[in-house]
Parts: sequence; C-alpha cells; structure tokens
Amino acid sequence: MWRFAGKRALAALLVLFAISVLVFLIFFATPGVDPAARIAGRNASQETLAQVRQSFGLDQPIWTQYGVMMRHLFIDRDLTSFVNRGAEVIPQVQQAIPVTLSLVIGAAVIWVILALVMGVLATAYRGTAVDPIIVVLGVIGVSLPVYWLGEVVNLVTQSRLHDTIFAWVPSLGYVSLSEGFGPWALHLLFPWLTLAVLYAGIYARVLRSEMVGAMNEDYIRMARAKGIGEWRVLLRHALRTSLIVVVSLFGLDFGALIGGAALLTEVVFGLQGIGKLTYDSLQNFDLPVILACVLYAAFFVVLANFIVDLLYAWLDPRVRHV
Amino acid sequence: MSASTTSTSTTPATPSAGPWLNAWRHVRRDRAAMAAVVVLILIILMCLAAPLYENYVAHTDAFTSNVNGTYVVDGQTKPVLEASTEGLGLGVNPIGPTWSSQLFLGADNQGRDVMARMLFGGRNSLVIGFTSAIICCVLAGIVGIVAGYFGKAVDAVLSRALDVLWAFPVYLLAICLSVVLINSSITIGPVTLNSGSIILPILIIGIVYVPYVARPIRGQVLSLREREFVQSAVGAGAADLRLLRREILPNVLPTIIVFLPLMTAINMLTESALSFLSIGVQPPDASWGTIINDGVGLLYTRPMVAIAPGIMLAITAVALNLLGDGVRDALDPKARLRGGV
Amino acid sequence: MSESTAAQPLLDVRDLRVSFRTRSGTVDAVDGISFTVGRGEVLGIVGESGSGKSVSMLSVLGLIDNPNCVVEGEVIFQGEDLLKLDDKELRRIRGKEIAMVFQDPMTALTPVYTAGWHISEQIRAHEKVSKKAAHARAVQLLDAVGIPNATDRVNSYPHEFSGGMRQRVVIAMALSCNPSLLIADEPTTALDVTIQAQILELLRDLQSEFGSSIVLITHDMGVVSQMSDRVLVMYGGRLAEAGPRRALMRDPLHPYTWGLMGSIPPTDGTRVERLAAIPGAPINPSDPDRDRCLFSSRCGFASDACRPQPGLVEHVHGHLDACVLPYDQRPALRLEALTTVTTESGASA
Repeated sequence: MWRFAGKRALAALLVLFAISVLVFLIFFATPGVDPAARIAGRNASQETLAQVRQSFGLDQPIWTQYGVMMRHLFIDRDLTSFVNRGAEVIPQVQQAIPVTLSLVIGAAVIWVILALVMGVLATAYRGTAVDPIIVVLGVIGVSLPVYWLGEVVNLVTQSRLHDTIFAWVPSLGYVSLSEGFGPWALHLLFPWLTLAVLYAGIYARVLRSEMVGAMNEDYIRMARAKGIGEWRVLLRHALRTSLIVVVSLFGLDFGALIGGAALLTEVVFGLQGIGKLTYDSLQNFDLPVILACVLYAAFFVVLANFIVDLLYAWLDPRVRHV
Repeated sequence: MSASTTSTSTTPATPSAGPWLNAWRHVRRDRAAMAAVVVLILIILMCLAAPLYENYVAHTDAFTSNVNGTYVVDGQTKPVLEASTEGLGLGVNPIGPTWSSQLFLGADNQGRDVMARMLFGGRNSLVIGFTSAIICCVLAGIVGIVAGYFGKAVDAVLSRALDVLWAFPVYLLAICLSVVLINSSITIGPVTLNSGSIILPILIIGIVYVPYVARPIRGQVLSLREREFVQSAVGAGAADLRLLRREILPNVLPTIIVFLPLMTAINMLTESALSFLSIGVQPPDASWGTIINDGVGLLYTRPMVAIAPGIMLAITAVALNLLGDGVRDALDPKARLRGGV
Repeated sequence: MSESTAAQPLLDVRDLRVSFRTRSGTVDAVDGISFTVGRGEVLGIVGESGSGKSVSMLSVLGLIDNPNCVVEGEVIFQGEDLLKLDDKELRRIRGKEIAMVFQDPMTALTPVYTAGWHISEQIRAHEKVSKKAAHARAVQLLDAVGIPNATDRVNSYPHEFSGGMRQRVVIAMALSCNPSLLIADEPTTALDVTIQAQILELLRDLQSEFGSSIVLITHDMGVVSQMSDRVLVMYGGRLAEAGPRRALMRDPLHPYTWGLMGSIPPTDGTRVERLAAIPGAPINPSDPDRDRCLFSSRCGFASDACRPQPGLVEHVHGHLDACVLPYDQRPALRLEALTTVTTESGASA
C-alpha cells in the first residue's frame, strides 16, 4: 500500500516538474515570441529591450533562467514579480488563497445539494414530466457561459434592480471572514450562485444518468424483492452506487477549482483570488507569478487525482484489492 | 406423417437494419434531439445569411464605426447615438430590441448594428467550435486507438503525455497558449500563421481537449482488444491494419460521433471565454465572445450588446447538448455522460 | 382447469395474463395460465426463454418495472389477491412471505454492501430487531447454507464470494424471514454443473427443514427431474403440460415435452442415434398468429386440428396437457419422435 502511494507520489512530482518546464517553454521558448518585448511593451526601443533583458536575466540561457526562478520559488522563497518589482510572489499567492477557497467551498456546498436533489428527483420521477424538466434545467445550466451569467447577474443586482429588490447586495469585491460572517457571505452570495449554476447542471445530469442506469441493474430488482420501500431502494442502493463515479468527478473538479479554475467568476465579480491573480499575471507576462500560479493549480489537480483514486477504492469495494 | 411448415413465426416482424440506420431511427424519435437539430439549422442559416442581413435588412455595415450615422424609424431620421436628456444620462437610442429592421437589437457604442454584428460573430463562433471539435475528436481518436491498440511502450509514453497535458487545468493551458501566441505570428516550416488568425484558437482549443476525449477511447480500445483476439496477433503489420479497420474502428466510431456535438458546445464556450478575455478572436474579426466583451463595458447603458450574444451562445449550446444526448442514447445507451463544461 | 391438492393451496394462480404494450403492438408474454402450489410442495416450471415462465412469477410479486406492462387474472395467496394489492401492501409480502432468488448471483447484490448488511436489511425491513440481533441471525443463516467461516464471511463483499457461494448468500437472504414460498428463477443456470448439484441439494435440504414451498423455474429438464414434486411445462406463454414429476417424466404427453426430454441424454442405458434437438426457434412473442397451438409450427405431428388453441385436458388424475393428438396413441408417437431423425423442414422419414 505504501509502495503504491510512494510510486504515485513520485509520478506526481514528475508531472509537476514536466508542467513547470512546459510553462517555461511556452512563455520563453515559443518561436516568434520575445518575452522582453512583452514586458517592455510594444514599440519599445532597442535600448529598453536590452535593459529589460539584462535586468530580468532574460539574456541567460533558458536552463539557467529556469533554475534561477525555481530556486527562488522553492528554496529561497523570495521570488519577486516582474511587474511589481519588489513584490514577493509567495505572499501574493497566500493572500489570494482564502478568497478562492471561500468562493469554491461555498459554491460547492450549494451545487452539491442542488445536484443531489435534482438527480434524485429526476430518477424517482423518471417517465413523468419532472424528469425532462430537470434534464433541460441541467442542460441550460451547462450552456450558459459562466462569465456572461456573472455579468448579467451584476447588471441586475448592481444596476437595474439595485435600487429596488437588490438594494442589499454589496458592491463587488471580497470581504474577509474576519470582518464578520454576514458581510463575507453577502459579498460571495452571487458569485456562489453563478458558479453553482454551471456545476449543478453538470452534476445533476451525471448523477441522473448514473442513477437511471443503476435502476436497471439486477440488484435493484433484488432489493425490491426483499420488500424494501422504493425510496430506500433509490437512496441506499441506486444513489450509493452512483456516488462512486460522481464523487470521483467531484474530486477532480473541486481540485481544479481550488487551483484557480474559477478564473472567470473571480474576474467578473472582482474577487482577488488565485484565478484572478493568474489571469492578471498572464496579461502582463509576469512570468514568476505565472509560474507560481500554474504550479499551484497543477499541484491541486495532481493531488485531487491522487485523492480521488484513494476515494474510489474506499467507495467501491470491488476495486480495493487490485 | 404431416410435414410441418417452415416456421414463419420465427422471423422477426421487421428486418433488422444496420446499426447506423437503427441509430438514425432512434434519434428521429427523440423529440428533443430533433427540435435541437431544427434550432441549430436555423441558427446556422441565420449566421450564414449575415451579409444578406447586413445589406438588405439592416442597411448597415457591421464593422465600420458608425458614430455619426443615422437611421430611419417611423419615417423619421434619427441619429444613431442619441444622448439621453434624463436620468443618468445613459445612451438612449437605440437600445434593443426595437422591432424595426434597422438596429433590431440596438447599436453598440460605436453605432454599429448589434444584430448584424451578432450574425457575423456567430459564423466565427460556430466555425471555431465545430472545427476545433473535429480536430479534437480526430486527434483523440488517433491517439486513443494507437495507445490502446499497441499498448506497452507506446501506450506508456502517450498516456504520460496525456496526463501531463490534462494536469494542466484546461482553461489555464488554453489561456497560456493564447496569451503567448495571439500577438505574434508563428512559422512552422512552410506554414505561417499570422497573429489574429482564427486558426490559432481553433488549434489551441482543439489540442487542449484531446486528453478529455482520448482517455475514454483508449479505454474502449483496451477492452475491445482483450475481448476480440489474442495478444500475439497485435503487431503483425498488415494484419494490424485489417484488425484496426474491421474490428476496432467500427466500434470506436460511435464513441467519437457521440463526442462531436458535446465537444462543439464545450469548444464554443471555451472560445467565447478566450475571446471574452481578449485572447481569442482578434479584431477586426468578431465572435460572440468578443461582442460580449465589448458589451461588458456597456453593460449598464446598452445591455443588449452583451446579453444578446450570450443568449445565442446558450441556445446553441443547449441545442448541441440535447442533440448530443440524443445521439448518445441512440448509439450507446450504456455510455455514461460526463456532462459538458 | 386447475390442479388442487387435498389441502388449501398456498398459491392459487387463475388465468394469469401479462402483456406488454410496444410500439409494434401488444406482446402477450403470459397468456392465461392457471396452477396452484401446495404447502411444502416443490413446483418446477420448465420452458425455453420467451416461454413466459420468469415473467409470470415476477408479475406475482409486482416486480415488473415497466409502465407498459398489463397484468390480469387472479393470484390468490393466503386469501388475498396479490394483483389487487398496491405496492405498499405487496412490500409486506415480498421478502417475508414470498421470497425470490434470481438467476445471476454475480449481479444480484448491491456491490457496495457486505453480505451481512444485505441479510440484515431484509430482516429489519420486516421485523423489529436490533442491528446486532439481525447481524447474528445473518451469521446463523450463512452457516445454515453451508458457507464456511460464517462469522468472518458475513463481513465480506459480494465480489469476494465465488459464484456458488454468492448464490448461497442470496438463498440465505431469501430464507431469512422464513417465507412460506420461495421462488427460484433459474438459480443454477449461471453456475458450474458441479455447483449446480450442490445448490439444488441445498434447496432440497432447506425445504425439508423449513417446510417452505418452492417454485423452481428452469429451462433444464434435468434440474426439474431432481427436485420437483410437480412440473409445469410452458410454451409461448401458455401451459403445454402439467403433472406429477414421476408421471410426467415417465410418460410425457405433449410433443413439446418430448422434445425437452429428448434433449436429455437418457440415463437408463438406451442409446439414441442423435440427441433430438427441437427444430426451429422459440416462438416470437410479437407474432400475432396466436389462435392455434403455438408449438404447431415446430411440431412433427401438426395438423389442421391444431387450430384453434387446444384446451387443457386432464387425461389422468393430476396430469393434463393441451394437445389434440389422441391420448392412447401418445406413447407410440413419442417413440416415433425420439427415433426419427427430423430435418429442419419437419419432413420425416
């Protein structure tokens, strides 16, 4: 068991290393792309470009640059931003973490509950009108561009109906939990709902699909033959078996979101989370921050994969002894 | 001893058709999928007709700034951008929908006809979404089949590559690549892609989603290989090609086809996100994403600019998803849908 | 015409009909069968797939999960017509008075719960016992069905049992509430021949120990010959023959039964040239031509008299069949059928 975990950990580290190299290569080694020009801005003069190259160490060979940056990031832990000279990267990331966590965890609670209710109801009432209605709701949730939805929500809550129904909605931005649960939750309410719409749609459909499939299995017929009530059959037998796939998917999505995949939501609602940090750094070609953010995101994806594999074994006893 | 007649009661009532014809019949019966097809065809036709609309209905030029232009309503000629004299001083005329043929959805802050722009933008959105979906599915099919069929070393290498690619959060990779490439030209051999070419988003989005599609295909090929024939037959050259063509491909093709509508929806949404972030389609081209981006700054004054393309995107994505569900139910009722992102 | 034993029958099925509405018309899966099951009796129901044998028993317990299914007739169990009960009332009976064992042990148990959990669930669905008490009973039951090391195995998951062992778990579960009737739908079909014998022996032992009646559904005459007190032969959703086991096996009346018997290698030493396989294929349930003996299209002795459907006739006490061939000629005709090589078209030498 430990050897298995050890091998997976090693593979994960290799993947992270590969990603760090990949990011570096994308930004610094793509033919036709000059990072100095990006940083210096368009129409920079040759002297400016040379200055930029020198001060950012861009005239060094790529491997040296890579080594230097990685050393600053992991060993010296004093990596500084290209754009805000002197601003350290790691504290920036650390400040952004609670914002993203607040957004993702809150949204996750909402969408999980929504998806469970929708999926179970759609299965319980399959064959009636309830089922296709729920499916269509799910499809709509999946099809609304999340950033567009956020903007529309803003339009309604911040502008059009701000003086009437939505006067209580605070202006955009993040308020720390230390300033009180109320303000924190209020500021996050609509970002939570916007993000939850998308994921509730995905998960309601997956759950329904799994559960409807499970209801056709022999063990459901056996459960009924035991004299068990239909709701218990649905929840204890069909739902429990369907959770195997759903929880695995959830783990992967949740990991990606914590790593900053809620980028668009953060941008639209003005939340300074990891996603927004990543986006800003990408716009500015601020490579140290980019590197830190991408590695942070990839770390969580890899970690999530690992945890999901373990979870899968816990949820599905058939897999345990492999 | 009487002879019994040849049993006619044992032949089925309808002769069984090939699997493709059966699937088509199944889809035809799925009312949601059929409605979706109709909607999609309508949208495609509308967008194809963009130049016609531009010239004959709206009498405008969707791409030229029209700040001082005029338009005709109720026989009166009015300026396109008319300042409001009341309230917050928000731009008044025209903010859609106006139910007249000109400026049906109003004008943006440069006086351009939103409806006409939207139809043109739709062309790019649809083309990019669909083409990248095809690229993605074809590439993923090749990678998945090669990895699953040849196994061992080939599979190990390909799977690791897919793992690395997929560990990069999808949007992040697309954004990284777009940021880097979007303002520069790349020359690969004899081919030069100019910056701002829409080939770039097509390629980027197509490649980024390959692991998503390749993994299930690889899994399917693996189990097909176990099922059908002995390990030793693999790698025998000509026999491989025949096996691939006759056994593997016909079974994998339905899976790929099921992915097409789904990936088109996903890719359209991804392209719109990239364009929204200004790293997708570049001006002077437009797509629904760029128009929404334009509209964000106008959100409180001319909301239609942002709202309309979003609704079109949503409708298209809904239709594609419903079609995808229908196709999946017809071709492979046992497939578990992973949901669209 | 139904059979009756001396005492009140446990299960009295009268004119049971099960049909399915499909896009291409109505399919009659079970077309008016009547039979009884006495207390402590083992009834074997034999037929090919599509004969309606499984569907009939599933409909008894209301386990057909298809909104397009129509069930008619009467099923009298302990004084109640089961077909008139709603789901809540049926739940009282399922698992407690009437229990079922299905064909494929590999898929019969929800894979995420242990054997003990499954048995406990059934017990606690019908009786107010604590989890501990139910668990203890589960161990006892597993022991009674011959699972070694029951105290440990009660916490094993279904996939950790072999096929035969898993079927024993299912049987243990079925008997957990002392049902008066056990319906076993092809309980041994998915198992090895050697395991088959063990499971059948287990069922026999349990039946004599617990005194429950058993309805044993199978397509295998060999299985029926080992266990049943009485046998029903079904074809195309209808009863072809019914009678006591010995009488039916020794002197089968219906040509279809001859075919089924002919496919068992005889154990009394006589050698036949070829095992007679019944020519043709099982009836297509959606074939609308049903106003005749459904077997006539495959029968070597078919004639115009086979229209309309012959009724069930009780020639000897307790032994009935539905065939127009003269009763006293049957043994001779049977011999002819056995020793004649029939070709696909039914022409005989």
